[in-house]
This record gives sequence, C-alpha cells and structure tokens, in this order.
Amino acid sequence: MSGVRVLVGTRKGAFILTADGKRERWDVSGPHFAGWEIYHVKGSPVDPNRIWASQTSGWFGQQVQRSDDGGTTWEPVGNEFAYDGVPGTHQWYDGTAHPWEFARVWHLEPSLTDPETVYAGVEDAALFRSRDGGKSWHELSGLRKHGSGPNWQPGAGGMCLHTILLDPKNPRRIFIAISAAGAFRSDDAGETWQPINRGLKSEGIPDPDAEVGHCVHRIAQHPARPEVLYMQKHWDVMRSDDGGDSWREVSGNLPSDFGFPIDVHAHEPETVYVVPIKSDSEHFPPDGRLRVYRSRSGGNEWQALTEGLPQRDCYVNVLRDAMAVDRLDSCGIYFGTTGGQVYASPDGGDHWTAIVRDLPPVLSVEVQTLP
Amino acid sequence: MTYAVRIVLPAHLKKLARVSGEVTVEVAPPVTHRSLLDALEARHPTLRGTIRDHRTLKRRPFVRFFACEQDLSHDPPDTPLPDAVVDGAEPYLVVGAMAGG
Repeated sequence: MSGVRVLVGTRKGAFILTADGKRERWDVSGPHFAGWEIYHVKGSPVDPNRIWASQTSGWFGQQVQRSDDGGTTWEPVGNEFAYDGVPGTHQWYDGTAHPWEFARVWHLEPSLTDPETVYAGVEDAALFRSRDGGKSWHELSGLRKHGSGPNWQPGAGGMCLHTILLDPKNPRRIFIAISAAGAFRSDDAGETWQPINRGLKSEGIPDPDAEVGHCVHRIAQHPARPEVLYMQKHWDVMRSDDGGDSWREVSGNLPSDFGFPIDVHAHEPETVYVVPIKSDSEHFPPDGRLRVYRSRSGGNEWQALTEGLPQRDCYVNVLRDAMAVDRLDSCGIYFGTTGGQVYASPDGGDHWTAIVRDLPPVLSVEVQTLP
Repeated sequence: MTYAVRIVLPAHLKKLARVSGEVTVEVAPPVTHRSLLDALEARHPTLRGTIRDHRTLKRRPFVRFFACEQDLSHDPPDTPLPDAVVDGAEPYLVVGAMAGG
C-alpha cells in the first residue's frame, strides 16, 4: 500500500513522520541532528531513498547531510560554499555596502532527473549546484552577478535564496526567489538570469514597482502547468500565467494578504493554499484563529478551512518552507508551525489533525509520496 | 618525530566526527594552533569548516580554544602551544562559546 513520509526541519533537529495511505496512524522518528537548526529536508523525486538535509549552527557552521536509505542513516557530504570569484557587496540594512558572506543553506532542491544533482539556495543570496551527490558545490554565479546584485538587501530574516522551482517541462528553466530582491528566472539552465517582478507592488520600498527589491516570500507551481506561478509576497498573493513575465494580484477576500507559504493541490492546478498572517510585525493568524485558505479558482475567491485547527488563542506562525502536499489520490496537505505542531489533512484541507504537537519551532515541511 | 596531542571536542563535533571521548592526533613540530587543527581536519574531514572557515582558516566566531586553564583563542595561528599540550599532559579544548539558548 502506498504511503507518505513527511520530512520536518526544526530549530533543534529533523523529524521524519511516516504513515500508510490512510494517513491516520503516524510513526515519528527523530530528532535527527539534535540541537542543530535544520532549515530544510527534501527527498529526490528520482530516488525516494535519497534525502538531503541542511544542518546549520551559529557555532559550527553549515553541514549538508545525505541519506540513501530513506532517512534511517545519514552521511555528511560537502559543506564548502565558496562564491565564484570576488563576491562584491550588496546593500546592508543601513544602506551601506556589505560584503557577500555565506551564512547557511535555506533550501535544497533535488534534480527532477538525476539523483546526483541537487541545488542549494543560500544566505547571502546565491544559487549553488552539486552534480556529484553533494561532495562539491559550485555557484551558478550568473544570478548573483546579475546587474542588480549590488542593490539587493536582506529581509528581516537575512538575504536568503529560499525558493527554487525546476520546470518539469523545460529542463533549462529555473525559477528562484530571494528576500528581499524578488523573483528571477533562467532559461539556460542557470547560466543567465532575468528578474521577473513586473506587476509586483511593494509599498515598503522607495519605488513600489521597481525591477528588484521586492520581498517575495514563496512561489509555487503545479507540475502540469509550470508557466502558472503563485506567489505569497510580504503583502499580497500574486499570480502569473506567463512564467513570471507579468503578475496580477489574487488576494481577493483573504482576511490578510500577508503570509509566508503557498502551495498548489497535487491534482487540481487551480486549487491553491495559503495561511494568512495578521501583519509584518504581528506574525500570527488574524483573531488568534489558525485558518488555511483555499482557492479553487486560482485565486481571488478564498474559503477558510478550519475543521481541526485551533480557532481561539492561537498565535503561531507558519514559515515559508513549512507547507507541502502529497500526491495520493486524495491529496494530503501538511504544514508546520512555530509552535511545533505539524498538521495534516488527508482530504485536500477539509479536515485537519495534528500529527505531532510539541516539536521545536518548525522551519520546513516536505512530503514524499511512496509507492 | 611527531607529538601525540590530545584534543577535547564539543559534543556536537564529536558526534559529527563519530568519536567518543578525547581525540589524539599526531603532529609534527612546531605544534601550533594551525598545525594541530590541520592534523585534526586531515584525520576527520567532516570537521572542515566547523572550527575554522574553509578558505580563510580563521576561527569561527563562537568557537574558543582553551588549554592549561588559559583562553588561547586570540593567539595568532602559528603561536606554539604550551609544552603541557605538546607532551600530552594537558588536552587542547575546542569549546562552543557560551551564547544563545
């Protein structure tokens, strides 16, 4: 019988939650790498037993761990992320020029076709790739060397490259997003990049519709329609139907259009999920009610999903990489909170239960659908 | 000729290097911070980048080096280590600085 493996990164370790296709009874393993911040854990779509984890520490720096047995055992692989050439400077919070410095890996995106290839989005913002199973990492420096690089500046969480989308129909197309530079696209497998922020408006920057400078929180796509992109921006939920060439707002009737994660139903490309957060300073659900919002029309019209979620006195946040979907016939939706809960809905968001309630603050959630 | 130098690692790095207790490494003279850490990283490559930066080889900000009840963290890298460390009477301590929660 098919099943799912939920990969959870937290402030103090990684956890792996497994269930069969009913998704009612869960086994919990972990903490793996106890005491370390695990920014992201993700499995290879080519080989589900191969899983990557970004392990980081303010004391001891960055590690990348690789499992080849579905998360039972792990091996550290290469951890040297050296920028290509002289890295130059970007903007600092006070407007001064600040040298590019590697801090950590925020996101690991395994190749759709080659289990040895994996991409890493890092802080300070850059994209790296390994083609040898993680032993060595090389920067795709055309992104950082895009002419706007010296004007990029960090968001409150750091200047992180947090989103990497590989186009399943066009292997030369890659989308990435950076806080707070915006979204970028490559059509030549990562060699050169162009900003794709036309239509975004951000009141927090001097020129609200500037080419770069937008605090994009997350981008999602459906594999069957990779030219359609959904974006949760700092404020505003956005949609593009042309691979990012233009964007329009689809926040519609959301109680707040601030938030972090956004994801798409596995079988319905127009069904989208967000978790509204009250504001940029009040990082918790409006009215203390944890609600996932679902649009079945690709945005604008949103329905609150509340059954099984706390509807009073709830003041957690859901971070940008902490929502995922499985690919079972009845699509499961998962998200983790800064309060340590991981919620699952096996029916597309209609009913929710907490798989676990008391983990460290959740940084990321990914799901593998197993045969 | 080499010296057998004892090193005590913090718990997270012991786990990463898959060792328990002290680590002893053989170091050719002169025994300095640099030559000792070079020997440690050669024997346990997973520790590269965890104590010193990969490229600059500078001590990471929240890592400290203690020995003989002295804080040696600010020594230049080629400073000779105390005789008691070189001859194995005292260990060289790699310490995660008290910071954060």
